[in-house]
Amino acid sequence: MPGIERCVSEIVTRHGADPSQLLQILIQVQDVIGYLPADCLSLIAEALDLPRARVEGVAGFYSFLHSRPVGRYRILFSDNITDRMLGAPALMQALCSKLWVEPGKLSEDGLVSITTTSCTGMCDQGPAALINGRPVTRLDHRRINEIAELVRQQVPVSAWPAAFFNVEDNIRRRDALLASTAAPGDALRAAIRVGREGWLTEMERSRLRGRGGAGFTTAVKWKACRDADGADKVIVCNADEGEPGTFKDRVLLASHADLVFEGMTLAAWATGAQKGFMYLRGEYRYLLEHLQAVLERRRAAGLLGAGIRGQAGFDFDIDIHLGAGAYVCGEETALLESLEGKRGTPRIRPPFPVTHGYLGRPTVVNNVETLAKTTLVALEGGEAFAATGTAQSTGTKLLSVSGDCAYPGIYEYPFGVSIERVLEDCGASDAQAVQAGGASGVLIAGYEFHRRVAFEDVPTAGAFMVFDSGRDAFEIARNFVDFFAHESCGFCTPCRVGTSLLKGYMDKLASGHGAKPDLADIEWVTRLLKNASHCGLGSSAPNPVIDTLVKFRPTFERRLESLHFEPAFDLDAALATARRITGRDDAAAHLDRKKETQR
Amino acid sequence: MTRRFMFDGQPVAFEDGQTIMEAARAAGHFIPYLCWHPDFPPHGSCKLCIVKVGGRHVSSCALPAKEGMEVESNTPEINAERRALLQMLFVEGNHFCPSCEKSGNCQLQALAYELEMTSARFNHIFPDRPVDASHPDMLLEFNRCIFCELCVRASRDVDKKSVFSLTNRGIHKHLVVSAESGRLGDTDFSRDDLAANICPVGVILRKRVGFAVPIGQRIYDEKPISQVSMEAEK
Repeated sequence: MPGIERCVSEIVTRHGADPSQLLQILIQVQDVIGYLPADCLSLIAEALDLPRARVEGVAGFYSFLHSRPVGRYRILFSDNITDRMLGAPALMQALCSKLWVEPGKLSEDGLVSITTTSCTGMCDQGPAALINGRPVTRLDHRRINEIAELVRQQVPVSAWPAAFFNVEDNIRRRDALLASTAAPGDALRAAIRVGREGWLTEMERSRLRGRGGAGFTTAVKWKACRDADGADKVIVCNADEGEPGTFKDRVLLASHADLVFEGMTLAAWATGAQKGFMYLRGEYRYLLEHLQAVLERRRAAGLLGAGIRGQAGFDFDIDIHLGAGAYVCGEETALLESLEGKRGTPRIRPPFPVTHGYLGRPTVVNNVETLAKTTLVALEGGEAFAATGTAQSTGTKLLSVSGDCAYPGIYEYPFGVSIERVLEDCGASDAQAVQAGGASGVLIAGYEFHRRVAFEDVPTAGAFMVFDSGRDAFEIARNFVDFFAHESCGFCTPCRVGTSLLKGYMDKLASGHGAKPDLADIEWVTRLLKNASHCGLGSSAPNPVIDTLVKFRPTFERRLESLHFEPAFDLDAALATARRITGRDDAAAHLDRKKETQR
Repeated sequence: MTRRFMFDGQPVAFEDGQTIMEAARAAGHFIPYLCWHPDFPPHGSCKLCIVKVGGRHVSSCALPAKEGMEVESNTPEINAERRALLQMLFVEGNHFCPSCEKSGNCQLQALAYELEMTSARFNHIFPDRPVDASHPDMLLEFNRCIFCELCVRASRDVDKKSVFSLTNRGIHKHLVVSAESGRLGDTDFSRDDLAANICPVGVILRKRVGFAVPIGQRIYDEKPISQVSMEAEK
């Protein structure tokens, strides 16, 4: 106990006993202790002078924070549909039986726990897992055997073969951004030359729109923030790339971090902000050290800090905050709450972050790719940037291609590229559908492959998951429904309850007990989610179900047992416990439903 | 000149900064709600107060009124959605009105009558939520919680005790109290706190006063919630 006290007090002091650092403090304390026991939460609350319930509320919100002990080896299998298609469930089962542990439970000796987690952003090199927070890619039975042995021998993860943790960039097609040869500081020099006002004018000319999914015009956001009252403005880079099937930000952060940080600095030049945050998803924590080194190098080169590039009054620096496994924090107001050390619950809007953002200060929140793209605007000028792409979607877009194709990876195209073209380039010869934009995006069926990637046609935050003719659209939708039920923050009624109800209906259909009225109920729940939800997570959660019901309805109807009402409650299944206790499995221990209904 | 918007086809005057809910209530129009409370800033979680403005659904408790808005509230479409939201609240908890001490005084039950909810429609989730009877004067019956956070807000902002908070997320979200033991008896909660008297449903109950007013003679047994709620406005 004295050890825990010292650890908590050291970590809290390191963060200036600042309550807005609560999430970062919880993450670091857990790093030392392994989990967050009740007495430890009390100590943290006391040290930060916060109500204990508030600390417990935050600790309970994030998937990567644990109130109960977890294994010394904590193995989380990525549960995106692409991982499942590559055989992740069987691999997880194999590892569980080799290590004598049930999924989701802690082994009796406290050595290992194995469960699933939402997409870890390694879809181009799956199946993937996080082992004590570090990504392991390209899992197969051989690698699973090796992992089981390493765990049994209790070899520390730091001593495991480096090849396990190899993460490839897999850049397959470069265009304006990925082919950029700009040196750090070049874009800043160009933007400083035209002055703050001139730079914002270039951004307006570029008509650059946000790459995170919503597609809001970046210059409008910057201008609103610049014109908002308050001198202490903030630039936030949203690196919480949680959308299943998306991994382009991972590659930008790993190999083009300078472009991203330079974009943040360019945003500061336009708005007058002096403080920057990068909110990095917990799954990408392995990039933290590298990103911090880049920041350090930029500070040394005079590209961050006071008087950037010799401009008096151009002061700006960047801190990196870690997320801890909550997809909803990709929503910008939930991200701000999380950045303030709170539960990641989306705020009521208006007011918008550009006027009332981080700690009530005017704040710009931009996606990683959006910020990187601003360097191109600075270097080429707004008009040159707007010359590529389509009328309403200027410039290029990074696509994270995964699923049933020969060459998964990152493809950069000018906006307006057709789905067909991407499929041809990535070697997908037998595609029946593409999920564009991730779980919250659109499912594109074969007859729509002529459609184009652009805000005015098929908008996408970057995910491009290919499904060949052997895949079952129902199972794809079901995977995404599970995802949203797991990731709903639970703030508003329709999303909290609706996502769970949807999961119930999908499970009922999957178990073969579906009836026609269930489809009507599904449509009713999806409508409530769409109309009444508090934020984009809830309103886009039903998209995969709506799309599959419209475009692949037979995959649902095939599963219907009857056209009449079927109860969700399975009487025979309810007797399973009694059968197990009595050791019986004969016919008389089962309910014959046909006979029951004939009676 | 007074500014106006249209509420179900009738002009409603509003002042700057007023929300649709506030302006509509001032003009005598009832909009259903559970997490909204006149003494607190809008919360926006229950979504019972959704209305349609220009074809889009918005929370009327949170959205500032604007000149010329056309608001649809008491329509078959919106009321059907509100009814479904109530059904969701009923199936996610364990609500047994006939044996509940709050029956007749419960806003969830009263709204269900108001909006003519006749069945739960969806499958019950039957969560496992143990009762906390550790406090000498008060009882916490978590099975009925609808996550309006009125107790959280009252205890934090008015009582200055922060006794309550929500933890976990999604369907597993639940109320906790500010004690390492997790027991209300180990907090400084008192029966006189605002938080002890603000629960719109039957979670936070006084001990030893069960059924003092017989069921049948309680607030919403006498008058529908649309009437009771609007009387407070006068």
